Amino acid sequence: MITRFTIAERQASLVLLLLMTLAGLAMAAAGAGDAMGVHGFIVLFASLGLIFVVGGALYDPAPTEDRSRAYYDDPIKVGIVLAMIWAVIAMGVGDWVAWMLAFPDLRFDGAWSGFGRMRPVHTTGIIFGFGGNALIATSFHVMQRTCRARLAGQIAPWFVILGYNLFVVMAVTGYMMGVTQSKEYAEAEWYADIWLVIVWVVYFVLYLRTLARRNEPHIYVANWYYMAFILVVAVLHIVNNLAVPASFTAAKSYSLFSGVQDAMTQWWYGHNAVAFFLTSGFLGMLYYYLPKRANRPIYSYRLSILSFWGITFFYIWVGSHHLHYTALPHWVQTLGMTFSVMLLVPSWASAGNALMTLNGAWHKVRDDATLRFMFVAAVFYGLSTFEGSFLAIRPVNSLSHYTDWTVAHVHAGAMGWVALITFGAIYAAVPMIWRRETMYSWKMVEWHFWLALAGTLIYVFAMWNSGIVQGLMWRTYTEGGTLRYSFLDTMIAMHPYYIARGIGGLLFLAGAVIGFINIWMTIRAVGSDSKVLDVPTESEAGEPAVPVAE
Amino acid sequence: MMGLSHDTVVGFAKSFGLFYLIALSIGICVYVFWPRNRDRFRRAKHSIMDDEDGPLTGEDRQ
Ligand code: HEM
Ligand code: HEM
Repeated sequence: MITRFTIAERQASLVLLLLMTLAGLAMAAAGAGDAMGVHGFIVLFASLGLIFVVGGALYDPAPTEDRSRAYYDDPIKVGIVLAMIWAVIAMGVGDWVAWMLAFPDLRFDGAWSGFGRMRPVHTTGIIFGFGGNALIATSFHVMQRTCRARLAGQIAPWFVILGYNLFVVMAVTGYMMGVTQSKEYAEAEWYADIWLVIVWVVYFVLYLRTLARRNEPHIYVANWYYMAFILVVAVLHIVNNLAVPASFTAAKSYSLFSGVQDAMTQWWYGHNAVAFFLTSGFLGMLYYYLPKRANRPIYSYRLSILSFWGITFFYIWVGSHHLHYTALPHWVQTLGMTFSVMLLVPSWASAGNALMTLNGAWHKVRDDATLRFMFVAAVFYGLSTFEGSFLAIRPVNSLSHYTDWTVAHVHAGAMGWVALITFGAIYAAVPMIWRRETMYSWKMVEWHFWLALAGTLIYVFAMWNSGIVQGLMWRTYTEGGTLRYSFLDTMIAMHPYYIARGIGGLLFLAGAVIGFINIWMTIRAVGSDSKVLDVPTESEAGEPAVPVAE
Repeated sequence: MMGLSHDTVVGFAKSFGLFYLIALSIGICVYVFWPRNRDRFRRAKHSIMDDEDGPLTGEDRQ
């Protein structure tokens, strides 16, 4: 991979890595005795490792590739593999956490292994590690293909992918050491947050520069969704994480907001993280990989644009539905509720657009598990947005809030929609990017599909039951007007559902592991010849072998 | 800070917010249904079907 860098680019990356090594060293020295020091060592060793990789290839021959005629896919490859690694880790932790809720002894007495620390490891690892890497990797694929132009940079994509993963590693290891800002989905502390801003700005600029190079007059709609994801996440991340560090040599910081303002800022962030991280970017995937895989253009291009703007406008206002019956002014809650209900329209427009695209190609959906992943994802997208709009209605929320119903809704969206669309997109992308005819084993894709679907259904039904039982028990009164059930009674009632969820999660995890093996075997090209393109993408092809450095 | 009371901000949010939302919705509908955009959209929706061959260079562009 380094051999595709020109000598000057190799040198520039070395300089960059050297600067990072120094930054790591400074953090390690200044933050000694604090989590920041540990993070300093992580930065230090990660950068040193990369210095060896780049330095080792410094004097390899210069590349012969004709860059104007080739897409740049190496960073995508790394992004996809990293996404799958995070999937296995974070789903593993998710399932552990699920069993821990059923059998508390499974916390094993470590400070690091308690529920409060492992839960954010699951959420960050799965949303940012798995989802984020998949989004970045597929966005690099989609932007180049739809623009018919190469990525605008050789080092920048690597900086984005690797820098982003460094952020996730810092976040996740931080939680295990007890570092947290106590803001859900934004737990990482100030220096990690600042680092993410830098990475994200580079990502945004890279996207804009690639679009500027495009050879198609119109920017295909998938790009709009990815751009909304990048831009809005940047704004959300910066505002919600405004904080004053207690000291520049330690992790602790204090948020700029307090009280109900803090709550509103957090859930403005939180729900838009759902909207722009867990939805918008994945809709970008849907609008590219689904038509492509089905070999049918999207049913209505106009509808895709209308729903894009609908989703973008409406989502911004719905955060307050997380704060029903709180100190937040009543009209703000009502605003969030109203917009949440209106949001159903563009959401179903997207889901319907996807399903109508498949209408007439149902035999493909039946035969091709990859397309089936995307089809089921669109169905779950429709389902979870319907449920979301329903939960946002204040009286409904009075039953669902604080219960496992929320968790059921989350995972109908996260497993049924986000994870399934991602697996579909990855199975569609891997053969294209590694230039293989097909995946290593279509049977394994089938297995993955059915395990994932079964896992999702078991998980979601268990949590619906548990949540509604829990909610109803909490509001049951005796004749004397006192609460009928103690908290412990509800815990006992939920126990069987927690076991069911653990089993569902295990199936889902098993599917992901099978997927990872299948992808790995495809990459290793076991039992297949690589596909030859009619237009060469690497000019080395067909030329005399380049002498290998000694 | 005194001039910017809670009520003023709320009043602004409720009135301006409504009108700009309506204006944006109209703007987008006009863009989407503008007759001249029809061909662009049609081309865009078909363009992704065949794009793995590599970037277009000067010669390939029509
Ligand atoms: C193997 C599959 C999975 C299992 C076993 C699992 C398990 C869990 C558990 C036990 C919780 C804590 C619930 C609680 O606090 O009561 C949780 C929360 C969460 N998980 Fe998962 N999960 C899985 C997959 C996923 C996926 C694929 C995503 C996202 C793409 C995801 C996103 C989340 C989120 C956002 C929360 C926080 C929910 C909230 O605060 O209401 N999970 N998960
Ligand atoms: C029309 C679309 C949607 C609406 C109106 C909506 C609405 C809601 C509501 C009302 C809650 C419960 C808030 C509470 O009681 O605290 C919630 C929670 C949540 N939703 Fe949705 N939802 C939608 C779509 C989605 C999708 C597609 C996903 C995932 C991919 C998702 C992920 C989540 C998460 C992660 C939470 C839990 C937040 C937390 O408490 O940690 N939502 N949503």
